[in-house]
Amino acid sequence: MQDASSTEAGTTMDTDSNFATSAGKQLGLYALYALFGLSVLIYVLSVAAGSSGGSVSGGAINIERNSITIVLTEEPPQLDSTRSTDAVSFIVLAHAMEGLIAYDDNDQLTPGVAERWEIRDDGATFWIREGAKWSDGQPVTAYDFEFAWRRVLDPATASEYSFILYPIKNAELVNRGDLPKEMIGVRALSDRVLEVEFERSTPYFDKLVAFNTYYPLREDFFESTNGRYGADADMLLSNGPYVVTEWIHGSSMLWKKNPYYWNDQKGFLDEIVTAYITHDVNAKLNLFKDGQIVETSLIAPMLPTAMEQRWQIDRFMDGSLFFLEFNHRENRITGNWNFRRALQLAQDPSELVYKVLKEASYLPAQSLFPVWIQGIKEAFRKEYPAPEHKIDVERAREHLELARQELGLEEFPPIILLSGDSPLSLLAGEYYQELYKQNLGLELRIDAQIFKQRLAKMTSGEFDIVMAGWGPDYFDALTFGDLFASWNLNNRGHYRSEEMDRLVSIGRSELDPEKRMDAFGDIQQLIHEDVVIIPMYERGISFVVDPRLKGFKRRSVGPDVDYSYAFIDTTED
Amino acid sequence: MWIYVLKRLLQGIVTVWFIATATFFAMHNVPGDPLLNDRAVSEAIRINLEAKYGLDQPIGTQYLIYLGNLVQGDFGISFTQENREVNDIIREHFPISAILGVLAVVFAAAGGILFGALTAIYRNRLPDYIIMLLVILGISVPSFVIAALSQLTLVTLNSAVGATILPVAGWGTILHMLVPALVLGLGTMAYLTRLMRSSMLEVVNSDFVRTAKAKGVPPARIFTKHQLRNAILPVITVLGPSIAAITTGGFVVELVFAIPGLGRYFVQAVQQLDYTVIMGTTVFYGAFLVFMVILVDLLYGFIDPRVKLEK
Repeated sequence: MQDASSTEAGTTMDTDSNFATSAGKQLGLYALYALFGLSVLIYVLSVAAGSSGGSVSGGAINIERNSITIVLTEEPPQLDSTRSTDAVSFIVLAHAMEGLIAYDDNDQLTPGVAERWEIRDDGATFWIREGAKWSDGQPVTAYDFEFAWRRVLDPATASEYSFILYPIKNAELVNRGDLPKEMIGVRALSDRVLEVEFERSTPYFDKLVAFNTYYPLREDFFESTNGRYGADADMLLSNGPYVVTEWIHGSSMLWKKNPYYWNDQKGFLDEIVTAYITHDVNAKLNLFKDGQIVETSLIAPMLPTAMEQRWQIDRFMDGSLFFLEFNHRENRITGNWNFRRALQLAQDPSELVYKVLKEASYLPAQSLFPVWIQGIKEAFRKEYPAPEHKIDVERAREHLELARQELGLEEFPPIILLSGDSPLSLLAGEYYQELYKQNLGLELRIDAQIFKQRLAKMTSGEFDIVMAGWGPDYFDALTFGDLFASWNLNNRGHYRSEEMDRLVSIGRSELDPEKRMDAFGDIQQLIHEDVVIIPMYERGISFVVDPRLKGFKRRSVGPDVDYSYAFIDTTED
Repeated sequence: MWIYVLKRLLQGIVTVWFIATATFFAMHNVPGDPLLNDRAVSEAIRINLEAKYGLDQPIGTQYLIYLGNLVQGDFGISFTQENREVNDIIREHFPISAILGVLAVVFAAAGGILFGALTAIYRNRLPDYIIMLLVILGISVPSFVIAALSQLTLVTLNSAVGATILPVAGWGTILHMLVPALVLGLGTMAYLTRLMRSSMLEVVNSDFVRTAKAKGVPPARIFTKHQLRNAILPVITVLGPSIAAITTGGFVVELVFAIPGLGRYFVQAVQQLDYTVIMGTTVFYGAFLVFMVILVDLLYGFIDPRVKLEK
């Protein structure tokens, strides 16, 4: 602490600069102390951090270990397949679990745990393959499916996806608590034969059983977890190509190849490390640039960077459709057909997508049924083209005038447009606000809300128009087709039409594929004629993958990202 | 002294109770329904879900049950991560935020005091101008910009060298912490620099410094004993709250650098209306903040001889 410099001026006062020099030197000394102290502290903290969890990855691709590193957008909220509802849990489960039937790398149905099946008018039978095993080596049996499905429908489980099992006999009644769960129409006849009775004929049942909620669950293991099934790595039993062997919550996971998995055409990697959890798209891009992860999505502003880097940019439709949904409740202005027609005629989704949103991978939507939906032999939209739509402001104004007269209004009050709070929804909202003001002289009032509140307002009907979206659950036109049936709880605009209900009934039970698809074609037409919704856009995503990784799949239906067919190509450098 | 400590602690408990109550009722009045999800559920399932989380009780009863659990230190089960207890979430993720926060505060305090003293010594000269300019930048540029920029810099640096010098994101080793901690502490460092500078300048012109100079005390000693030690007091005052603020305010940094800290849960819980996690993290952070303030007040008694901890 004693100073090094002397004060030559003796008893007279120092000059300022002299003082500054010696004080500065002293300060420099303190800075050195501080630096030393910091290094010690950093060392101590690093030891502490080591014990508080975290994983260090060895780059995007490790050829020696045959492993890859990926990023998840959030901590998987629920790995109990009977209860999970979110995309991230679905992704993890798609690698750790396998249902009776699965999707191959071409989006076609392929045998999973069931080696063959038969779907009849009144039910279905699944024959379980002999080699299907759990990750502890025990065989997967029909009882595991019976147990899982009963658990889904048990009202005490309160599974939010239970409705997807409703085609099974008595499922809905059991789920409501009106019947005991033994009455559900699913029975294991033996270890290897599963018998399903239908509530009504369900020709698309094979596509349903590929869904997450239909995965098996083994009773003895489930009971042994004491209600913590799916909470930790050792609380999860797998029958899919990978096993979750490590899980540090909020931080990282390690999926290892399941040694007992039967299919040698799946699960080529030895390890998949999910070393990062963040939903920040820029952070993910930086990680990809730095060679730490194998894949990342790109948003529009990133495309120039991606091109500069000469990356191979891929894109796919993520399956979701976004649309303006009207409130069809009786006391609403939007219950008036002429009013809805006017709004339909005064807009053009191409303008929204190409001039306003400017997301290169989005498609202007023309129909309730997205472009990737399958018809009888080829794409549904090829067999049943979307209704023609052209913007026609003149006619729109005529319809608006008719609506005004029918409603007996002097002039239209402000129309409430309920929207989400993301920048993209706000942008779209402002576009419609401006568009309808210019073309129709209507005032739209935007009501931007967080997700849960938007849902609450949609459910209670506090809106005129809402910007809504829908993503598919299974690879069949019905996943969109039944959305506006009067009994569908997701029909939050309360559209009611006997014709629609009749068509949806055909769509879900008709066994003749042609008649069935015709019904969906009619639904597509009815949605347009009756202006149930105004389609906005189909969402697409651009993404980049490390060129050494092959067989990676992003899907419109099912798990968004799928590494179960992925492998490292070691042939090229 | 002990009576004083006891009194402060009791006040602290009342404050935390107040925070808990206010959060509880504010949260239940936020529009939106925590149980609503993408797929609509039937009435029967809805009732079961409400029963599971105790939302079927009248709000007064819910409050009493909640307080009862709080006294036992039980925050319940998360709404969005149904397999995890809020206690586990706090226990697993707070240490990470705390480690990051401590490092950030140390960066901020060391930097703030050193730079503040430096600018005071070289007042109105070049070092002063440069540092004060940086300080203004540090205060005014939001942390998500600095975080994103520094991450981008890391990527560029790594690719220029051709190897990973510092990791771009993630958690686990000391190398993962350095940049996030610096980014996290930068705002506070800038603030402390300004505080330290003005407080130094006040002391420099005070009577006791002039007396010391007149007595012929060596400059380095005057600087350390008379200037630095007195000027540092206001800095210590704000240090307690800034530790709490930094430790709790790391949401953006944790997101950008993919750090599994508690800040993420704190913010996302509000967005998702995850009642139990909102309550758990808010009360925990509230208690933490109150505790830090008390601690600083106690420390004051040791550092500043003029303060006596009597009443």
